[in-house]
Amino acid sequence: MAIAARGPSTADVVRQHLQGRRIDYKGALFQAAILVALLLSLVILFVLISQVVRGGIEVFQERGFDFLRGRLTVVSASIAGVGQGIAGSLLLMAFVVLAAFPAGIGAAVYLQEYAPDTKLNRFVNVNIRNLAGVPSIVYGILGLVIFVQVLGPLTGGKTVMAGGLTLAVLVLPIVILTTMEALRAVPGSIREAGFGVGATRWEVIRSHVLPAAAPGILTGTVLSISRAIGETAPLLLVGATTGLLATGGSGFFESLRGGYTALPVIVYRWTSLPNEDFRALTSAAIIVLLLLTLSTNAIAIILRNRYERKW
Amino acid sequence: MTAQETKPGIRLDTAEHAVERRPAGELVFDVQDLSVYYGEFRAVREISMSIAQNQITALIGPSGCGKTTMLRCFNRMNDLIETARVEGKILYHGVDLYEKSVDPVEVRRRIGMVFQKPNPFPKSIYDNVAFGPKIAGFKGNMDDLVEQSLQKAALWDEVKSRLKESATGLSGGQQQRLCIARCVAVEPDVILMDEPCSALDPIATGKVEDLMQDIKDEYTIVIVTHNMQQAARVSDMTAFFTAEVNEEQDRRTGVLVEYDKTERIFTNPTDERTENYVTGRFG
Ligand SMILES: Nc1ncnc2c1ncn2[C@@H]1O[C@H](COP(=O)(O)OP(=O)(O)OP(=O)(O)O)[C@@H](O)[C@H]1O
Ligand SMILES: [Mg+2]
Repeated sequence: MAIAARGPSTADVVRQHLQGRRIDYKGALFQAAILVALLLSLVILFVLISQVVRGGIEVFQERGFDFLRGRLTVVSASIAGVGQGIAGSLLLMAFVVLAAFPAGIGAAVYLQEYAPDTKLNRFVNVNIRNLAGVPSIVYGILGLVIFVQVLGPLTGGKTVMAGGLTLAVLVLPIVILTTMEALRAVPGSIREAGFGVGATRWEVIRSHVLPAAAPGILTGTVLSISRAIGETAPLLLVGATTGLLATGGSGFFESLRGGYTALPVIVYRWTSLPNEDFRALTSAAIIVLLLLTLSTNAIAIILRNRYERKW
Repeated sequence: MTAQETKPGIRLDTAEHAVERRPAGELVFDVQDLSVYYGEFRAVREISMSIAQNQITALIGPSGCGKTTMLRCFNRMNDLIETARVEGKILYHGVDLYEKSVDPVEVRRRIGMVFQKPNPFPKSIYDNVAFGPKIAGFKGNMDDLVEQSLQKAALWDEVKSRLKESATGLSGGQQQRLCIARCVAVEPDVILMDEPCSALDPIATGKVEDLMQDIKDEYTIVIVTHNMQQAARVSDMTAFFTAEVNEEQDRRTGVLVEYDKTERIFTNPTDERTENYVTGRFG
């Protein structure tokens, strides 16, 4: 046929143009670099975790759940356990949830939704940002002065209450910042839509802004719990080393004004013991602490997925 | 400023621009020397116009001439922009909307708004419509109200089987009609519409225009549109705005050029700029 004789067809020419791609060297290089960075951090993490697991697994194999209930002691490794630490850490967590979350979320809503853009408010904003970067030991000193000494009559001195409140103050800036970030991410058009049908500021916030920001707020706040659980330094200052959590006998509220310890503090103390037997115990305690942190993070992820919203 | 009378009739304003003819009938809005600033920048300058009850008033003009700015003054939506500041008066049934004692929330309950970009709540279709009536303390049958509102917005048939699904899953045009339904659900006195049909196909646009005609007896409608035919088709009065070079600030400030019966604006405008614009010769 005549057409076939006329050299390459249009499709062939177009195909040639479309296929003539250069290899994207810069892009490939960048991809390789970030892959290496990822692998590196994964390897470090893996080494750390396997080290800990190898050191601690036998404790669980030998003693099983007994270790989770064991006593707080630095004398006999065979009966020592983290029961006190778990209870203490959970109680501290409860304090953080009850004290830092309402205060932090409330402050964030005020700063983001109500506060006019004045010099003072900008100053407050900047300072909250700075507070989030203050070393935790400083919060420990603050807690020692305020919750242990000044408010001593209320908290009973170096008690769970003092420790919990100290941790609550420690994570407060983080809660405020992540909540503000989540609120800022809610498009202004949603607020306008609410105002447009005659809603008050509070109705708009409660019905639209907070629900839309909920996944972000939840993630941020739950992650701040993980931070609180892992803290050691401030707790050492406000009494976590001093004693035992009062169990049984006295009422729950009385025990809040008693001595306590927390998982990271136990880890800290056992690490510093010369006794070889406590090496394995330390690893085992770290595993428990890791599991606790992981499960709060898991809760954060589940909550976020559950409330995830698109706009 | 002294010549503010509510008598109908042609009024050539003090400035060289602004040919204004007052609408016949009971007035809903009487705008007097309204200027709006964003910070130092004056976005619209000394607008005076009045808007009559149960009429459709169209605001037309080139992009950036301050139509949205103007519209947002009618329900105090500009209060939400921190830099925005209003000078002059907007009388609503004789009461200045910007008086200290006026509560903007009450204003917005009576003067509803459909925005330029569709902005449904990230909630179910049903909740989108029901939210307004609920906070206004609606006591009747909510299901019926939702159905009626969606029907008015020509959306009911498309969504009746998926009322509990998220509104963000709707197409852009459907979202805009949902926003119209949400607005009429609170049964406002006035409905402000900012280019409500810019994301709609001709069929949906036709439905919305029909809706406007249908509800005109109960509501007063102010609509911003870039579509000349739409303004000519639906509105009773048309205001033409343009942006004038503002010498001090090297930016353009919106002014009202001509305000008259729609028919007249499109067939026999007084100002040359209006004629150029409506005939498509605008630069
Ligand atoms: N929030 C704001 N802050 C500062 N300037 C603004 C703001 N909103 C609008 N403007 C300015 O005010 C002027 C008028 O804007 P407006 O949105 O009212 O125009 P418009 O007539 O609605 O335009 P379009 O037809 O494109 O929607 C423009 O110069 C715009 O840049
Ligand atoms: Mg606009």
